[in-house]
Amino acid sequence: MDRFSWSNGLLEINETLVIQQRGVRLYDGDDKAKLDIGAALLSTHRLIWRDIKNHDCCIAIPLSQIIYFEEQAAGIGKSAKIVIHLHPASPNREPGPYQQSKYSYIKLSFKEHGQIEFYRRLTEEMTQKRWENTPVSQPISTGTGSQAGRTRAVGIVGIERKIEEKRKETDKNISEAFEDLSKLMVKAKEMVELSKSIANKIKEKQGDITEDETIRFKSYLLSMGIADPVTRETHGSGTHYHLQLARQLGDMLQAPLEERGGMMALTEVYCLVNRARGMELLSPEDLVNACKMFESLKLLLRLRVFDSGVMVVQLQSHSEEEMIASALDNVSDKGSLTAEEFAKLLGLSVLLSKERLLLAEKMGHLCRDDSVEGLRFYPNLF
Amino acid sequence: MSFEWPWQYNFPPFFTLQPNVDTRQKQLAAWCSMVLSYCRHHKLYTLDVMEAQESPVFNNKKLERKLSMEAIQVVFEELRKKGNLEWLDKNKSRCLVMWRRPEEWGKLIYQWVSKNGMSNSVFTLYELSNGDDTEAEEFHGLEEWMLLRSLQALQADGKAEIITMDDGKGVKFF
Repeated sequence: MDRFSWSNGLLEINETLVIQQRGVRLYDGDDKAKLDIGAALLSTHRLIWRDIKNHDCCIAIPLSQIIYFEEQAAGIGKSAKIVIHLHPASPNREPGPYQQSKYSYIKLSFKEHGQIEFYRRLTEEMTQKRWENTPVSQPISTGTGSQAGRTRAVGIVGIERKIEEKRKETDKNISEAFEDLSKLMVKAKEMVELSKSIANKIKEKQGDITEDETIRFKSYLLSMGIADPVTRETHGSGTHYHLQLARQLGDMLQAPLEERGGMMALTEVYCLVNRARGMELLSPEDLVNACKMFESLKLLLRLRVFDSGVMVVQLQSHSEEEMIASALDNVSDKGSLTAEEFAKLLGLSVLLSKERLLLAEKMGHLCRDDSVEGLRFYPNLF
Repeated sequence: MSFEWPWQYNFPPFFTLQPNVDTRQKQLAAWCSMVLSYCRHHKLYTLDVMEAQESPVFNNKKLERKLSMEAIQVVFEELRKKGNLEWLDKNKSRCLVMWRRPEEWGKLIYQWVSKNGMSNSVFTLYELSNGDDTEAEEFHGLEEWMLLRSLQALQADGKAEIITMDDGKGVKFF
């Protein structure tokens, strides 16, 4: 464990995050390290570990330090582990949590599983040795390390340091804000400003913010229950977003609706739309809100709610009376029909066909026969 | 002569209580009429609810359909509202079925009395319901409680008077 150095956990330029796994405890050789459970992050260049509670506590080791590694299967009461054997510590390495250790290997214990994937990725990185191709700016070993206070800023190096420090401040800001709710209240205004600036940066796709930060930021917000503001920002405020979405849906759903006889259950629409989108999936909430706008936008689609609560999207041109009249014909033709038989006949989903039959019953055209054999509909001869 | 079932008896939905209000009204009307006809045909004056469930009226074995207990109660309630049924107990397990209402019976009896010029005569109840003279009449075999009610209806109308005799009741017609 004496090969580890304190780190700010931020990725350098050219360094990419490969995989991260929560619930990892470190072992100095066979002994538990004097650290709590945290998250292990594997990048193209380093193995990083961060305390899950105290984000300031973050250590890293270059992958070049690794000689070899192996899996240690889980046992009774023991989690699966990866044992990593290391080169001796380099003399000018940055200070870390351990000054010295009698072991030359460490273990990662996966309390929340994930070791298989982690092992696989580690193997990949150790094979590819991407760190050799894309050297990153080494942290300047002025002997104080990034945990200590600031040093004087001179020249380009100084500017780089300033930016890095600012980022660390941001990181700290976020950590502090999330730890204590009352502090959050105070920091709320700052948070809002910060989130706005980050959102803008993402929008303008400036290289100021790394991918990792974006992911982290979004996950923080998500864990707080705030939906991702970025997409909304890009497309404007909530309602505006829904309006745009409604228009998009209006175009997209025309053909599928016609294929399905003019009506689709909202669940079908949801699946269809999200499959087509691939990325930037819609939430069910957004879909419903967009569909509610069909009428006001004078689009050709309508959102309709049946008595049972089933929601469908149907074409404006769809006439319910026609449908019911044809349903009556179908039933009379066959004497009686169940919802399933009717669905098969019309090529509709069972849910929708049942709704139609129920509607016909409501209008008095059909009556029902409810028995152990199931629910059948007959023409209303009463 | 066996009872002729109405067309509804062979229509499966007949045995499912219809949710549509209008349809249900028509369905119940058909049930009431069928139950009364059946009772009239078989000269049934009382029904036991438990037995009724298995009787052919509510259980069409050929169609494999029968009316649920809940629905049977609904039909009975409908009959009661129309005045054709009266519960004999609080638990609603037995009931009187009046496929002809007392007033209607009373009218029939009085017609017979008048036709045969027997006004101002006195009859025992037994004579009326089981006497040789009344054998051809519809009210022959009428159960006593029903007969009594019918006569009470006539009494209310001023056409008869019920008398208590040594060994039972009798009636004088005016």
